[in-house]
Amino acid sequence: MMKYVLEARHIDKHFKKPVDFHVLKDISFTVRQGEFATVMGKSGSGKSTLLYILSTMDTDYTGELYLNGGLVTGKSHQILSRIRNEHIGFVFQFHYLLSEFSVLENVMLPGKKLGARTEEQIERDAREKLEMLNIGYLAEKRASRISGGEKQRVAIARALINNPTILMGDEPTGNLDSYNAENVLQIFTRLKEEQGLSLLVVTHDLDFAQRTDRIIEMEDGRIIKS
Amino acid sequence: MTNWSVILNIAKTHLLTKMKSTVTASLGVTFGIGAYITLVSFMTGLNQMLDDLILNQTPHIHLYNEIEPSPKQPVNLYGDLEGAFNVVHSVKPKQSQRKIHNALPILDYLKKDPNVKGATPQLRIQIFYLSGSIELGGNLTGVDVMEEARISNFRDYIVSGSPEALRNLDSGILLGAGLAKKMSLGVGDRVQVSTVTGGIFPLKIVGIYQSGIADIDNIQSYANLNTVQRISGEAQNYITDINVKLNAISEAPAMAQRLEKQFGIRATDINTANAQFETGSDIRNLITYAVSITLLIVAGFGIYNILNMLIYEKMNDIAILKATGFSGRDVQLIFMSQAIIIGLIGGFLGLLIGFGLSVFIDQLPFNTEALPTITTFPVNMQFRYYVIGIVFALLSTFVAGYLPSNKAKKIDPVRIIRGT
Ligand SMILES: Nc1ncnc2c1ncn2[C@@H]1O[C@H](COP(=O)(O)OP(=O)(O)O)[C@@H](O)[C@H]1O
Ligand SMILES: [Mg+2]
Repeated sequence: MMKYVLEARHIDKHFKKPVDFHVLKDISFTVRQGEFATVMGKSGSGKSTLLYILSTMDTDYTGELYLNGGLVTGKSHQILSRIRNEHIGFVFQFHYLLSEFSVLENVMLPGKKLGARTEEQIERDAREKLEMLNIGYLAEKRASRISGGEKQRVAIARALINNPTILMGDEPTGNLDSYNAENVLQIFTRLKEEQGLSLLVVTHDLDFAQRTDRIIEMEDGRIIKS
Repeated sequence: MTNWSVILNIAKTHLLTKMKSTVTASLGVTFGIGAYITLVSFMTGLNQMLDDLILNQTPHIHLYNEIEPSPKQPVNLYGDLEGAFNVVHSVKPKQSQRKIHNALPILDYLKKDPNVKGATPQLRIQIFYLSGSIELGGNLTGVDVMEEARISNFRDYIVSGSPEALRNLDSGILLGAGLAKKMSLGVGDRVQVSTVTGGIFPLKIVGIYQSGIADIDNIQSYANLNTVQRISGEAQNYITDINVKLNAISEAPAMAQRLEKQFGIRATDINTANAQFETGSDIRNLITYAVSITLLIVAGFGIYNILNMLIYEKMNDIAILKATGFSGRDVQLIFMSQAIIIGLIGGFLGLLIGFGLSVFIDQLPFNTEALPTITTFPVNMQFRYYVIGIVFALLSTFVAGYLPSNKAKKIDPVRIIRGT
């Protein structure tokens, strides 16, 4: 049997305010271990909303969500935080870093929160991730003092620090120039190929999407092709 | 599971990057606690001084015979007029002595009581002080001076001379300071006293007594009990007053009532006699706490504001922390820690400043005629106040930090990340 890292079953979501709006309609799909999937669709079709649910940050929905075969839906916030910390790496469109901390500290924080390794070990791992993304030399810099492309790579390093089950990205290249976007795509591909990482990435870039394993297409809150 | 080192590290970074706000908030607490320590030390010092001034000169229980009219006039005893409306004009006090009957057995009895620290006999008489042609009315109290010195701070009020000097000289007198000044007399001089009945006795001044209360110092002097008995022509057992000092002052009212019944004499206790001093102390304490709590509430609002602002500024950080696996509780702890750190730093600084100011005030000279034993401002330094102070600081910062941090706990990361 095929192993699914992520499985969504009949997920529905309504926004009640300002008016009732059925934003996600009966979403069911799976992501296999080691699969690189992209989500495409027009603006407003519900891609971000879906991703927030899949990443366990949004719990206001109906249907079921499984991660690594275990049911996630209905778990307490405390447990969901733990799941996010341990199993899900998230990269935003706007490379959110803690601006007062150094690059290294930003990458280390989720690792320290997990507390599974010693501080020295986490630091070694963090430097390793930064090296892998060719930004090892930025480690000691303040997060607010580096360029956009660099920030996005730091965010990827941070998402990877706890060796997650799946990496999710909401238009991670949307804010980058084509050179940096290409760079990020290559990093993702390499992570999948070298480390068997599963990825689920929302993008507007058809070129980008076509170079991944699979495209999930959304329209008006439904999956129309997957 | 809470990883404190991460939480404290984030809290520390926030505090350090917002140094100005941190310092402002801490100084608020410092000010509140410093003021509390200074005020409470000074105020309770003052209370204690005033208590000492009045209460230590007042016996816990005072036994004496009241000169008063009989509660039952003879007409009330006459059966035929029972139930009638009797009017008696010109009621006179009952014919009786000021002397306490059985004074010596009562003294013995009291000295055996384990609750009693000491009981001293006194003979109070009215005399005139004669100095040349001057004649001043006043009181002379015969005391067992060494016993008085043991159970009260009588010694403190002898500004020159000593209790021992009085004990050693039968015809010695401790002259009231006001009297000494009026008659231009000093230690070593002689003063003549005359009793109401006319006898004149020369006494040698062995010390000056100053209670700090002018009305007393202008009339009151002390001599040995047997000397006063001799002057007034009374026997060795003639005693008008017994002063009792207890081990526990709280026993005074009950014991006074008991003694009154048992011996058929008047017994007033210190609590009844000095109720108004308690009120004074209470009000000073009230002022202290009111001012300190007000300052701390102001400081609390400062912390509340600063944390609220910080949380508003750090919305993005909070969202990222939550998205990367920090729970709402972790986020709350981060901001609570900041409040507590501000409370601790501000509080400890406040304790230090309070201590410094207390020491400073304690050294300020404070000389007043009324208080011969006091040379500097009274300050009561107690470890207890410092414990209360730091608890205060932590409590106010905890309350001030709770609401904003609870808000941070509830922030929905999705809303922030979406940018709505
Ligand atoms: N908090 C909200 N309340 C109401 N409607 C919302 C809210 N957030 C998003 N929407 C609406 O839901 C739809 C889907 O939004 P989103 O998932 O961000 O789309 P996408 O990411 O595909 O552009 C949009 O029409 C958007 O206006
Ligand atoms: Mg979107």
